[in-house]
Amino acid sequence: MESSRRSFLKIAGISALGLGAKPVLDVMASSGEAAKPKTMRNPNALLAKRWGMVIDTRKLKTEEDLKPLIDICNKIHNIPHFDNPHHEIKWIWSEEFENDFPMQEASFLDDRLKHMPFLTLCNHCNQPPCVRVCPTKATFKREDGIVMMDYHRCIGCRFCMAACPYGSRSFNFRDPRPFIKKLYTKYPTRTKGVVEKCDFCAERLAVGEMPACVEVSKGALAFGDLDDPNSEVRKLLRDNYTIRRKPALGTGPSVFYIV
Amino acid sequence: MLEKALTGTKRYYGWMAALLVVIGVGFICYLWQFRFGLGLTGMSRDVSWGFYVAQFTFLVGVAASAVMVVLPYYLHNYKAFGRITILGEFLAVAAVSMCILFIFVDLGQPIRIMNVILHPTPNSMLFWDMIVLNGYLFLNIIVGWKVLEAERNNVAPAGWLKPLIYLSIPWAVSIHTVTAYLYCGLPGRGFWLTAILAPRFLASAFAAGPAFLILLCMIVRKVTKFDPGKEQIQSLGKVVAYATCVSMFFFLCEVFVALYSRIPEHTEHLKYLFVGLHGHGVLVPWMWASVILTTVAIILLVNPVTRRNETVLALACVAVFVGTWIDKGLGMISGGFVPNPFNQVTEYVPTLPELAISIGVWAVGFLILTALFKIAVTVKEEVEGLI
Repeated sequence: MESSRRSFLKIAGISALGLGAKPVLDVMASSGEAAKPKTMRNPNALLAKRWGMVIDTRKLKTEEDLKPLIDICNKIHNIPHFDNPHHEIKWIWSEEFENDFPMQEASFLDDRLKHMPFLTLCNHCNQPPCVRVCPTKATFKREDGIVMMDYHRCIGCRFCMAACPYGSRSFNFRDPRPFIKKLYTKYPTRTKGVVEKCDFCAERLAVGEMPACVEVSKGALAFGDLDDPNSEVRKLLRDNYTIRRKPALGTGPSVFYIV
Repeated sequence: MLEKALTGTKRYYGWMAALLVVIGVGFICYLWQFRFGLGLTGMSRDVSWGFYVAQFTFLVGVAASAVMVVLPYYLHNYKAFGRITILGEFLAVAAVSMCILFIFVDLGQPIRIMNVILHPTPNSMLFWDMIVLNGYLFLNIIVGWKVLEAERNNVAPAGWLKPLIYLSIPWAVSIHTVTAYLYCGLPGRGFWLTAILAPRFLASAFAAGPAFLILLCMIVRKVTKFDPGKEQIQSLGKVVAYATCVSMFFFLCEVFVALYSRIPEHTEHLKYLFVGLHGHGVLVPWMWASVILTTVAIILLVNPVTRRNETVLALACVAVFVGTWIDKGLGMISGGFVPNPFNQVTEYVPTLPELAISIGVWAVGFLILTALFKIAVTVKEEVEGLI
């Protein structure tokens, strides 16, 4: 009796499993070549092997010079404004030389450089420590060198913020939506509990537009393919002495400063 | 055996009820945090890990320290520790449970936690931490439970347990090593970027964990009929004594390298913790208290006369536990974030709800610990014919 009941339950269980699995198997079977979703690239999309930026600080002398660049970014990326500095979200902002380049000796620096605002943003490193530590691949490096965020996968562990030696990442400590001045509908807003940062305007590159800060910089910012020797950025790097933030760490920043 | 945790004296029920109240308060605060976001805590863009991650780090050490009773008993056949291995293992179970909870309450999107398994990423140290912590939890539950069961039934433990017991020894070392690797592999965080971080973590773990176990043994002796034993407590006392010395030595090595080399990225964090930086120094009194407590404890523990006095030993153990808790549970994490990558100081102080949630998690740990100790001690009392 005992054993027959057990075997009955066994068979019943296996049958239930089989019935339950059938629809799943059906879906698997039908998802052949024909049903696969296709992604198509916009014919105008801008492409590169490794995107990079050169910032000519000689053309960006004051906070007023930086303001339009920062404002446009905040506007088109739905960056919230918080009064509490602990909750601040920053994609692009300004810092002084000694803060951006703490490893460079700044004691006897030229006064012009010493108190000049430096444009600060994610460096889109060639060897990004943030990508290395992320436990879910929510932050990843694309084939064109852009370090991106998947806001839907991020679990908010903030390991990437600890790993970033440039302080480029921000965390949504609370719901950002009520703090967005004017909603910009072409770019998603974020939810609380995820990390975000500059993404080199990947959404604009995809439709053939340059990053917003580059577009409004009146030539102070150059953006292009670091892998292409004939690109504008490579020409600037050839003709000018440039520095990068904390090069000794080996992260290989893709943002260069002409000083 | 689980039923033994359900019956007890009035004092037992009272203690468990009190813990449940504390857990309830913590849980309500957690619901608040869940709705509002981590902005409820004192964490910021600059100090992006705070009290939760620090408690996690400290408790991984407490969990790893079970190896200090398991190893002498199973590898060196040090019979005396046979009486207390179960206490060490169950302490580890409670500590790892708290670790997992502290990671959980620290997540910005806790409902997505399974993404760590859905998208496994072996290059992330957090992925490995998940594996070693859960593995260690299961090893200790299985080994502790089965050995206790065998003891209750007056038979030898099953043969298949041996490999698991041996495995649990290097596994204990691995949990704190991987936890140190979370921090010490990050470029640009000078305070953590040191090869000695994992050894230092282990040394302070083997000090604080057994110190706590000594205190627990003394409590067990006081509130139950089971006596963990004088020799056991004294042997653990020696473990605490020398682990505290090694821990202090490692710390002084860090101080020497930073201060003698004078490399700013390494000295500035120490300066912030011990003398203050750019006019900020909220942790300075705490860090000095930690150094003083640890130093006094070393004097009391290394000297055999004071160590043999159980009252002094208990005080020294409290000093080691508190001193290590300040070092790891307060200074280690925020110290690494101050100054920030721009060499600016943003200070971190936990908020009240953050503390309530933390205390709630600690209370969960104590609830698990009390229930498991109740089971273990009742079995021991029965076996020894004390009740």
